[in-house]
Amino acid sequence: MSLEIIAIILGGLTIGSALLVILSKSPVNSVLFLILTFVMISSNYVLMNAQFLAIVNIIVYAGAIMVLFLFVLMLLNLNKENEPKSSLLMKFAAVLAGGSLLIVFVAALRDSVGGKLVETVQTVSTNDQGMVENLGHLLFTKYVLPFEVSSVLFISAMVGAILLAKREKQIID
Amino acid sequence: MTIEQLIIAILLLPLLGGFINGTLGKKLPKVVVGSIATVAMFAAFALALTVFSQLHEQKIVNLFAILSLEGISLNASLLVDHLSIWMTLIVTGVGSLIHLFSMGYMKHDKGYYKFFTYLNLFIFAMLILVLGSNYFMLFFGWEGVGICSYLLIGFHYSDAEKGLLNGLAARKAFIMNRIGDLGLLIGLFLILQQFGTLEYNQLADMVLLDKVPVSTWMIFGITVCLFIGATGKSAQIPLFTWLPDAMAGPTPVSALIHAATMVTAGIFLVVRSNYLFEMSPGTQDIMLYIGLATSLLAAFMAMRQNDIKKVLAYSTVSQLGLLFVSLGMGAYTAAIFHVTTHAFFKALLFLGSGSVIHALSDEQDIRLMGGLRKKIPVTHITFLIGTLAISGFPLLSGFYSKDEIVVHAFAENKLLYVLLMISIAMTAIYMFRLYFLVFFGAFRGSKEVESHIHEAPANMSLPLVILAILSVFGGILNLPGIWLKSGTHWLSHYLEHGVRGLSNVEAVHTSSGVSLMLMVVAVTMTLVILAVTYILYVRKSGLPKADQDLKGWELWSAKKLYFDEIYNFLFVKPIEWLSVQGHRVIELIVLNGAVTGTAKWIGKSGELVKKWQTGQTASYLLWMVFGIVGLVVYYLIKF
Amino acid sequence: MILATIFESGVKIELYLILSTVLFIIGVLGVLLRRNAIILLMCIELMLNAVNLLLVAFSTYFGKADGQLFVFFIMVVAAAEATVGLSILVLIYRNTRSVDVGIFNKLKG
Repeated sequence: MSLEIIAIILGGLTIGSALLVILSKSPVNSVLFLILTFVMISSNYVLMNAQFLAIVNIIVYAGAIMVLFLFVLMLLNLNKENEPKSSLLMKFAAVLAGGSLLIVFVAALRDSVGGKLVETVQTVSTNDQGMVENLGHLLFTKYVLPFEVSSVLFISAMVGAILLAKREKQIID
Repeated sequence: MTIEQLIIAILLLPLLGGFINGTLGKKLPKVVVGSIATVAMFAAFALALTVFSQLHEQKIVNLFAILSLEGISLNASLLVDHLSIWMTLIVTGVGSLIHLFSMGYMKHDKGYYKFFTYLNLFIFAMLILVLGSNYFMLFFGWEGVGICSYLLIGFHYSDAEKGLLNGLAARKAFIMNRIGDLGLLIGLFLILQQFGTLEYNQLADMVLLDKVPVSTWMIFGITVCLFIGATGKSAQIPLFTWLPDAMAGPTPVSALIHAATMVTAGIFLVVRSNYLFEMSPGTQDIMLYIGLATSLLAAFMAMRQNDIKKVLAYSTVSQLGLLFVSLGMGAYTAAIFHVTTHAFFKALLFLGSGSVIHALSDEQDIRLMGGLRKKIPVTHITFLIGTLAISGFPLLSGFYSKDEIVVHAFAENKLLYVLLMISIAMTAIYMFRLYFLVFFGAFRGSKEVESHIHEAPANMSLPLVILAILSVFGGILNLPGIWLKSGTHWLSHYLEHGVRGLSNVEAVHTSSGVSLMLMVVAVTMTLVILAVTYILYVRKSGLPKADQDLKGWELWSAKKLYFDEIYNFLFVKPIEWLSVQGHRVIELIVLNGAVTGTAKWIGKSGELVKKWQTGQTASYLLWMVFGIVGLVVYYLIKF
Repeated sequence: MILATIFESGVKIELYLILSTVLFIIGVLGVLLRRNAIILLMCIELMLNAVNLLLVAFSTYFGKADGQLFVFFIMVVAAAEATVGLSILVLIYRNTRSVDVGIFNKLKG
C-alpha cells in the first residue's frame, strides 16, 4: 500500500470526525468527536515524521484542553434538550459563507501552486528534523525568546483565569 | 509750520477732540467736554486761516498708500488748493460757531459728550471730503458724513414720545443717501475704468491737457452717476424727502449738517469735477431742470409749513435747487459764492430758530408763537438779518450771491430767468411769513411758556451775532463790478485761478446796464413782497389757518405735495411686502427645511444602518467571512 | 522512522493543503452554526489545528524544523486562550444561567 492511500484514508477520517463535531446534537458528543479528530491529526503528524509533535498534540490538546472543556461542560450540566438551535436562515447563510470560502481558498491555492509542485512530502527522510533533539536544539537557540515569553503568557493566563472565576464574597444569584 | 503740517493738524484736531470726548467724555464735566470740542474747532479754523494766507499754488500732501496694484493705485493724499481751503474755512468757521452754540443749547441733555463726539467726527469726515485729492477720499468723507448725520439725526432715539420717529427719520436719511451713494460709486467705477485713475490732478491733465478722447455716452454716464450721488446728499428731486424729516435732530445738527456743510457736498463734488461736466451738456441740462424743479417745488411746500424748522428745511432744499441751476449753467464760482453766503445766513436762521425754541421751552409750532421781538431782542435782530439776507434784501450778502446766479440765468434763457425769479419770490414770501408770525403780533402760546421766555445765554447769542455780521458783509467777497471797478469778483477770481478747470469755463459777460436792470427788478420784487407780507401778517394779523380749513393750493403745500405718501406707496410698501414674503418662503421653508431636512435625513439613514448591528456574534462572524471571501476574490482577480 | 523505512513513495503536498483548508472551513462552519458557546470555542480550536497541520506539512516539505516549533507556540497560545475563554464562559453562565450566544446581544444598535 502506498503512503498516499493511507494519507487519503486518514484525511477522510479526519474530515469525517470534524464534521461530526459540528453536527452532533449533544455537546458531550461534540467534545468526544473533537478528541477523535485530534487523534487523527496526530496520526497525520506521525505520517509526516513529526513524532514528537504528535505526542505533544495528544497530551496537550486531547489530554488537557479537551478534558478542561469536558469538565466545564459537565459543570454547567447541559444536555440535549436545552441545546439552542440557530434559525434556518442563519444555517443557510453559514453554509453559503463556508462553501464560498472553501471555493475561494482552493482557487487561490490552485492558482499559487499551479501544478508546478513536483516535489512531494518526503517521508523517507534521512534527516531527523522531527526528532526531539533537533527540535530542542532549535528551540533553545533560535527561538529562545518566544519560549521564555510564552511562560509569561501562561502565568498571565493562569492569573486571569483564577481571578475571573473566583466567587464573589456576597451571595449572587 | 509748513502747509503740509498745518493741513494734517487741521484734520487731526477734530478727530482728536472726538476721540477724547468719546472715550473720556462721560466722566468729564460738561463744560470741559464742550470746550474741548469747540477749542479744537476754533484751533482748526485758525490754522485754516493761516494756510489760506500762505497758500499760493496748490499743494499735495501724501499721507500713505492704501492700495497699490498693477492697474490701480489708491492713495490717502490731500489736495490743498483754493477751493478746498475755501470749503475748509467755511466748514471750520461756521462749524466752530455752531459748536459754541451747542455748548449752551445742549446743556441739559444727558448725552452731552456723545453729541460733541459726533459733531467732531462729522467735521473730521467733512474735512476729508473737501481736502481729499482723489475721489476715493471724497467718497470716504462722503460716507463718513452720512454716518455722522445718521447718528446725529437720531440722537434722541430714546426719547419717550418721539424716540421712534427720530430713529425712523435718521434711517430715512441714511437710506436715501445710500441710494445716491450707489450712483456715486458707479460713477467712480466708470471714471476708474475710463481714465484709470481717481486723482483729481491726473484726471484734469487727461481731460484738459492731453485731451483724451472719451465717448459721449461714457462721459454722460459718468456725470449722471456723479449727479445722482449729489442728488442724494444735496437733497434734490427725487431724493429730498429726508431733509425735512431730518429736522427731528437737535437744532445745532440741522444748522451744521443740513444748512452749511453736508448738503453742500454735492455742490462741491460737481465743482471739483467741473471739467467732466463741461464735456457733457446733457447732464448739465438735467442738473438745471432738476434743480429748477426742486427749487420751485420746495419753495411751494415751504409756504404753508407750520413748524419753524420745517420751513427752514424746505428753504434749504429750495436754495440747493438754486445752486444746481447755477451749476447747470456752468456758473461754478457763483455757486460757491452762494454756498458761502448760504452757510452764513442759513446757519444763522437755524441757530436763531434754536434760540427761539430754547426760549419757548422746546415749542416749534409757529402758530403758538408771536410777539417775541420785544422779549428776545438779540435773537430777533439776528433772525431779521438772516431773513433779509435770504430774501435778497439789497446790499446784504444773499442779495449779491443770488444776483450773480440770476445774471447768469438771464444770459442763458429768459424763461429760466422768470422761473428763477418766481422761486426767489416764493422764498421771500415764506421767509417773511415766518418772521412776522414768530416775532410780531400777540403771543399765542400758553401762559406757562410765556412766563419762561428768556433770552439765550452768551454762548448762544455770540455765534448768532457773528453770523449776522457775516451775513451782512459777506457780499464783499464777490461784489459785481457795478460800482467798484477793482476788488470785485474777488472770490470768482480766487477760485478761477486756483482750481483746475474753472478757468476754462466761459465767463458770462453782461453789460453793466443789463446787470443794473436785473438788480433793480430783484430789489423791487423783494421790497414789494416785504410790504405785502407786512400788511398781511402784521396789519391784518393774518394767522395760519387751522388744519381742517386748508383748501386748494394751501392744502397741497401743507401736505408737501404728498411726496412722502407717494414714496411710501411706490417703494416702501412693496419692499416691506417683499421682505415678509422672503422671510416666509425663503427663510422658513427653504433654509430651515434644508438645514433641518439634512439633519433628519442623516438621522434616518443612521437608523437604517443601525439595523445591521444585531449584537449577535454569529451574524458578525458571517459578515466577517463574507468580507474575507470578497478580499480574496479581489486579489485573485487582480493578480 | 520505522514507518519511514516501510514506505517508499511520498505524499503530494496538495493533499495536505486541501485537507487543512477543509478542516478550517469546517471550523468556520461550526462557529457560524452552533450557538452553544462551548462548542464555539471548540471549533476555534479545530481551526487552529487545521493551521497546525498545514505548518507541519510544509515543515516536512522544506526539511526545516521551524514550522514544527511554530506549532508549539500555537499550541501554547491555544491553551492559554481556551483557559481564559472558559473562565469567562463560567462567569457569564453564573450571571445569565445560559450559554446561548444568541442572547448576548447588548452590542445591538
